[in-house]
Amino acid sequence: MTFRKYLVLVGITVFSTLGDSLLARGMKDLGGASLHNIPGLLLAVLNPFVGVGIILLIAFFASYMSALSWADLTFVLPATSFSYVLVAVIARIRFHEEISPTRWLGIALISAGVGFVAVGPSSTTHHEREALEHEEVRS
Amino acid sequence: MNNTYAWGAIALITLAATTGDVLLAYSMKRVGHVGEVWESHGLLGVARRILATPTFFLGVLAMAVAFYSLLFGLSWGNLSLVVPASASLTFVANAVAARIFLHERVGRRRWLAAVLVAAGVVLMAL
Repeated sequence: MTFRKYLVLVGITVFSTLGDSLLARGMKDLGGASLHNIPGLLLAVLNPFVGVGIILLIAFFASYMSALSWADLTFVLPATSFSYVLVAVIARIRFHEEISPTRWLGIALISAGVGFVAVGPSSTTHHEREALEHEEVRS
Repeated sequence: MNNTYAWGAIALITLAATTGDVLLAYSMKRVGHVGEVWESHGLLGVARRILATPTFFLGVLAMAVAFYSLLFGLSWGNLSLVVPASASLTFVANAVAARIFLHERVGRRRWLAAVLVAAGVVLMAL
């Protein structure tokens, strides 16, 4: 794992959290959305919160695809689940929501899961081991 | 009755999301390390390789199915049931699917991580 790869994982976490929050914030401005009002849904992009939210979610998808190109699915998913914790922290700071003891326990479990998987190898598939061996041969 | 529908939606979301994640992970392994392809072939080269991978589009399609089942699920069941239940089941289902279809070595460490995160997600929603 290089510094750049850690940066991609942090990107997945931050982009998805901020993107979702901005989207939720923007959709609240617009009121109830429904599938019967397609033009209304398309115009939602003009709302700055929704627009920036969508850009961030595209950035999330790009970094997620990038991570899956060099790491296992069973590594990327738990490693980036920290976004659940981030949402709670944002809600606490921004909206002054109380964090109940059960939620603190949830935060602790997720953090433990992230820690467990993060200290292990990022890839266990044949593909990556071959690539590593090639690198060793070259150097 | 409504509960049955909600759990049906949860099962569908979990199945579609897991299928999507596995297909996308499989596709990106075929595309190769994005950073390296970018250096050798440029960003357009990365895009061209992704567009030439049919399973990528199947993955996106499965993700779209998951998203719309979530929308339907939310109209049948509570937000506080459907979202955490499908999210945490997806973590565990992905660990099983990645082991079977992607041949990832899901050791004790990764099982523990998947289960801890799944349990944590449920607790955060309570």
